[in-house]
Amino acid sequence: MRKFIGLILVGIVASGIVLSLFKIPFGTPKTKVGNYYLNKGIEQTGAVNIVTSVVLNYRGFDTLGEVIVLFIAALGLGMVTLTFKREKRKISPPSLILSVGSRFLFPFILLFGAYIFLHGHLSPGGGFQGGAIVASGFLLIYLSCKRTINKERFKLTESLAGLVFLIIGLIGVYFSGYFLFNFLPKGVANTLLSAGIIPIIYIAIGFKVGAELAGIISDLMEETRKEFKAQS
Amino acid sequence: MIYYIGAFGLIFIGLFIIMTRHNLIKMIIGLNIMDTGVNLFLISIGYIRKGTAPIFSKPGINPGSMVDPTPQALVLTAIVIGVAVIAMALSLAIRLYQHYGTLNMRKIKEQRW
Repeated sequence: MRKFIGLILVGIVASGIVLSLFKIPFGTPKTKVGNYYLNKGIEQTGAVNIVTSVVLNYRGFDTLGEVIVLFIAALGLGMVTLTFKREKRKISPPSLILSVGSRFLFPFILLFGAYIFLHGHLSPGGGFQGGAIVASGFLLIYLSCKRTINKERFKLTESLAGLVFLIIGLIGVYFSGYFLFNFLPKGVANTLLSAGIIPIIYIAIGFKVGAELAGIISDLMEETRKEFKAQS
Repeated sequence: MIYYIGAFGLIFIGLFIIMTRHNLIKMIIGLNIMDTGVNLFLISIGYIRKGTAPIFSKPGINPGSMVDPTPQALVLTAIVIGVAVIAMALSLAIRLYQHYGTLNMRKIKEQRW
């Protein structure tokens, strides 16, 4: 019965959307905004990756808001995990392949994450993706061996990285009157030291996202950790 | 067009799961599927035929043949935020299980709908 009603409701919504969907053109030329970004992007921001210049320069304030949303979600998760009842869970210890392999792979994963967020203005990638890769390295550490991260230091890293983003925006206000103004020289396009403030902000975002996601992982894996220590 | 159909297919599958399942974990999985569908839809709006990635990696690339960068920039942040929101929802599910001893939403007494 419940499934039937659900199917009917979804069908009504779907038919409405599909009827309007046929009016949206697919694969046609871009909007005016998109063309403007593509034509003026390099000379105005200095970044060859236009997506990055949209994320951090044209819509930098928007990105600051999204970073704050991420921060609030991580904070809320920390608050909820504080109220967990700690109870014993049965967890099988990691196998030899996992523990040795993760210890071998961890530095390379960190290096790859750093590469991704350093080259955000040149190639696909950026702070958010690089941060997620760094956090996946910490997940591997949590799954395999008996180490934990120092939560206080991660919180400190996260707050400092957020502050760097804000302070760079405020320096832009000081120089030109616009928040997040690109006050550094743009440099030669398609080189590592170009695009002014964009690489600096992406490094800050990389550290922030990495620390936040690693904090989420450690919050959720904490119980497992105690179990390991009891066993070993 | 096939991209729109796929994207809305994912959204409707997620909606159906959220409406009909009783298990909270399955509802969260449905939410995640909806999230993916919305991201796919946004990306496919910006697509143009035979378009390339909006990166000037070599000199002499025609900007007219690139796809629209704006929806990509929106989706880029939306993916990471989706991960954080799903993690938050899962932690609430753990807390709910510890409080009521069940994940079945219809068996939870205070919940009437």
